[in-house]
Parts: sequence; C-alpha cells; structure tokens
Amino acid sequence: MSAPAKIALKGLAKRFGQKVVLDGVDLEVAEGESLVVIGGSGTGKSVLLKCIIGLLRPEAGEVRIDGQETRRMSAAERKAQMAKFGMLFQGAALFDSLPVWENVAFGLLRAQRMKKRAAREIAIEKLSRVGLDAAVAELYPAELSGGMKKRVGLARAIAAEPEIIFFDEPTTGLDPIMSDVINNLIVECVRDLGATTITITHDMVSARKIAHNIAMLHDGRIIWHGPKEAIDRSGNPYVDQFIHGRAEGPIKMAVRAG
Amino acid sequence: MQFLAIVGRVTLAAFAALGRLAIFAGKALGHLARPPIDVQNIVQQMLSIGYFSLPVVGLTALFTGAALAQQIYVGSSRFNAESTVAAVVVIAIVRELGPVLGGLMVAGRVSSAMAAEIGTMRVTEQIDALVTLSTDPFKYLVVPRLIAGVVTLPMLVIVANIIGVFGGFLVATQTLGFNPGNYLQTTMDYLEATDVASSLVKAAVFGFIIALMGSYHGYHSSGGAQGVGRATTDAVVSAFILILFANLVITIVVFRS
Ligand SMILES: Nc1ncnc2c1ncn2[C@@H]1O[C@H](COP(=O)(O)OP(=O)(O)OP(=O)(O)O)[C@@H](O)[C@H]1O
Ligand SMILES: [Mg+2]
Repeated sequence: MSAPAKIALKGLAKRFGQKVVLDGVDLEVAEGESLVVIGGSGTGKSVLLKCIIGLLRPEAGEVRIDGQETRRMSAAERKAQMAKFGMLFQGAALFDSLPVWENVAFGLLRAQRMKKRAAREIAIEKLSRVGLDAAVAELYPAELSGGMKKRVGLARAIAAEPEIIFFDEPTTGLDPIMSDVINNLIVECVRDLGATTITITHDMVSARKIAHNIAMLHDGRIIWHGPKEAIDRSGNPYVDQFIHGRAEGPIKMAVRAG
Repeated sequence: MQFLAIVGRVTLAAFAALGRLAIFAGKALGHLARPPIDVQNIVQQMLSIGYFSLPVVGLTALFTGAALAQQIYVGSSRFNAESTVAAVVVIAIVRELGPVLGGLMVAGRVSSAMAAEIGTMRVTEQIDALVTLSTDPFKYLVVPRLIAGVVTLPMLVIVANIIGVFGGFLVATQTLGFNPGNYLQTTMDYLEATDVASSLVKAAVFGFIIALMGSYHGYHSSGGAQGVGRATTDAVVSAFILILFANLVITIVVFRS
C-alpha cells in the first residue's frame, strides 16, 4: 500500500442555513502535489479551503490530513496539525494593528517563539521574494495597495515554510508581470520546499503554470479532476466553458436581468 | 397563538444568547488559568483602557462630586450641614458614584472600541488568520483585555473617588463657606474600609464586564460594516445594563446590614 494522500476529502458537505455550498466533495492531494481548484464565483472554493484547514466545520464527510481524520482530534493534535498549514486569504486578512514585517513574522514570533531580530530577517527575506523591499516592512497594512497586501499575505503564508499551503486567488489584482513572479514563487514552494499546495484561481495562465492537477468545483461537487495537460480535452462541457470563459454554455451565471 | 409563538421564539433566542455568552466567558476564564500570559499585550490594553480614560473619568467624578455637595447642602441646610455634606459626599462617591459612573464612562469608551476592533478583525478574516498561524484568538485577543479590564478599573476608580471627593470639597469650601480642615476631617471620619473595599470589588467586576462585552460582541459579529456597528452598540448597551445590575447585587450583598 502506498503512503496515504497528504489531503483526502470524502463526502465533504457544508451549508449555511438553507444554502448548500458543498454537497459531497471527494478529493485527494498527494504529498508534494500542486492542485489548482477552479470554479465559478460563489461555488464554494474558499469555503472548501476553510473546511479543510478547520476554520469551518463541515456538516458531513471527512477530512484526512496525512491519513488522520481531523474531526476526532484532540485540541493538542489539532494545534499540532495547524502548524503544518499556511494560508493566503482571499482578502489578505492582514493584522492591521501590526506593521508589515510583524505580520509576516507573526507565526515565527508567536507560535515558534523566535527572537525578534531573527524573525525580522526572515520576514524581510520573504518580503523580497514577493517583490517587496525592506522599506515596506515598516508600513502598516492600511498604507498598502491591494496588490501589495496580497503579496504580504503571501509572504506571511510561506514564512514558516509549512508543509501544506493554501493560496486563495494569489494573483487576483496583480499586474501580469507580478502575477508571473507570484506563480514562480508558488512553483518554487512546491519544488524546493516540497510543499503540498492547493491554489484557487480564475486565471488560467497561472493555473497552467503552477498546477500538476486541476480540479473543477461546480454545484457543490468536483465535476472534473485531472492533470493539467488533460484539461483542454476534458470532454466536459462545464470545464470547456470555464477555461474558455464563454458566457454561453451549461453553466448559468446567476445574473438577474435588470 | 401568534403571540405565544413570538414569546417562545424570543425566549429561545435569549437563552441561546445567554448560553453562548456563558460558553464564551467559560472559555476565556479557562485560558486565563493557563499560561503563557501575553504581558506585552496586557500592558498595551491597560494603557488604552486606563490611561486614556483618565480625563473623561476624572471630569465626570469632579463635576458629580461638586454637584452632589451643592445638592446635599441645599437639602440638609436645616440640620448640622457641616458634617452631613462631607459625610454624604464621601459615602455616595466611594460606595456608588465613583465605581458606577467610572464604569459607565469606561464602558462607553472601551467596550465599543473593543467590539469595533475585534469585530473588524472577525469580518475581515483576521481572526481566521490568527488561527491558521497557530495563535489562539482567545489567548491573543480576549484574555489580555479581560486581565487589563480587571486590573485597570480599580485603579481608575480610586482616582475617580479621590477626584469626586475633591469636587465636593471644592464647592463646599469655595462657595458654601466650609472650613477646609473640618471638611477633610469629617470626610476621613466617615470613610470606612468596607466602603473602599466594595468600591474596588465593584470596579474589578465592572472591568471584567466591560472587557467581556466588548470582546464577546466583537468576536461574534458578522456581516460587514453594519454588523460591526451593531456589535459596538450591543457591547455598550449590554455593558451598561450588566454594570448597573452587578452594582445592585454587590451593594445588596455588602451593605445588607
Ligand atoms: N460565513 C458565511 N456565512 C454564510 N454564507 C457564506 C459564508 N461564507 C460563504 N458563504 C456562502 O458560500 C458560498 C460560497 O462562498 P465562497 O466564498 O466559498 O465562494 P468562492 O467560490 O470562493 O467565490 P469567489 O471565487 O468569488 O471567491 C457563497 O454563496 C457565499 O454566499
Ligand atoms: Mg473565494
């Protein structure tokens, strides 16, 4: 028997009140794999990541990390597991009471109790990897542009070099050149650090660059999952419509005629 | 039938909210007992609760003490006014007005600010981000505020008491013609250890309430700017009511005689 998948989801279901968001998601991500999840706006991609990492509690189904079922974990096990994760939030979610470098070094300073000077050095190094110079380190999040916030959030997610990293729309709001810098960074995280990553993106260029595999979420389920090379001949009309960005097709966007 | 359904629904909602608050408080107290304690964060909170509340609390106490002396003088001028004014001012300020008015002023300033800050962190996913960085939001956000509240309010109330008595002293000696030495002597004669102790106990309890309401409503806020706005209002209103209620309970318990 081969090693258990790094992340394995079975029948994952999540709803908010009456609204069903996830309706039985099955998904496996191998160690060192880079998975890109695509899907229409509001289909539950962010919710999916939050269920895996444990920020949201699914109503049904199981989440296994390294073969361990997360719902039956004790508080201590849960804490140990959280240390494996890093996450870039869609809205960056920077701590606005702290300067940029303390944001990036937050996990190092708090969870790992690293000395300030060492943590600061790492923070500045991570900032440089997302294309931000040391002068930015002293600014507060309110003083940054949207794209800069996103990059600081990215630096924070990778600062502790976690085993599993989630990127929720890492390149949205960035110019094409900076997008490519970020794509390269994600590729490096996987290649050099051996991280397992799940990236959500609407940007097919970036998906093709960073993914090993691509999964498409629609109507609460994974409707297609395969290597990125296969996506152009998926034979799935939903996938075709999405990757070519066509308004006409089986996916009906909930647009109300004004 | 319609009416009963509404009553039932409201009652259920009230109990649910109470249960949620109890769980929240229990969780916070649980963390209080378990180190590590975040000293840097506590000091910062103490500054923002205590130091920056000094002007508003001091002014409140000064004006209240002064008005009190004037009223009591008018009301009791037919009796031995000299001792009554000083005695009533010190007792009223230390037992009730110092802690209650101080608590209410700080609640207005601090509960709302806490609810706004934590609420914003909730709706912008900063609290989720804390969790992903292996930092317990209770330890990082709630516990330092609770400790700072419990420690700081008694200090503030001591200041409020002194300034309140001083306000009465000013009016009595400057406009009502009291002898300063006699006034202070009477004040000291009527001030009892129980009064001071109850004043401090009340202050500590109010500090807990203020920080708890601010944190709780902020932590459970949802739905963007509007939700944060609602959380700040709820925090202040509930802190006011709980402070007044707790004051009544403590007064009854301590001064049953
Ligand atoms: N905390 C919440 N409470 C209620 N509903 C929620 C909550 N979070 C998400 N939802 C709902 O869940 C659905 C999926 O949201 P989610 O944020 O996962 O979408 P998404 O796929 O990430 O979309 P996008 O690409 O626009 O970021 C949405 O319809 C949203 O309204
Ligand atoms: Mg999303």
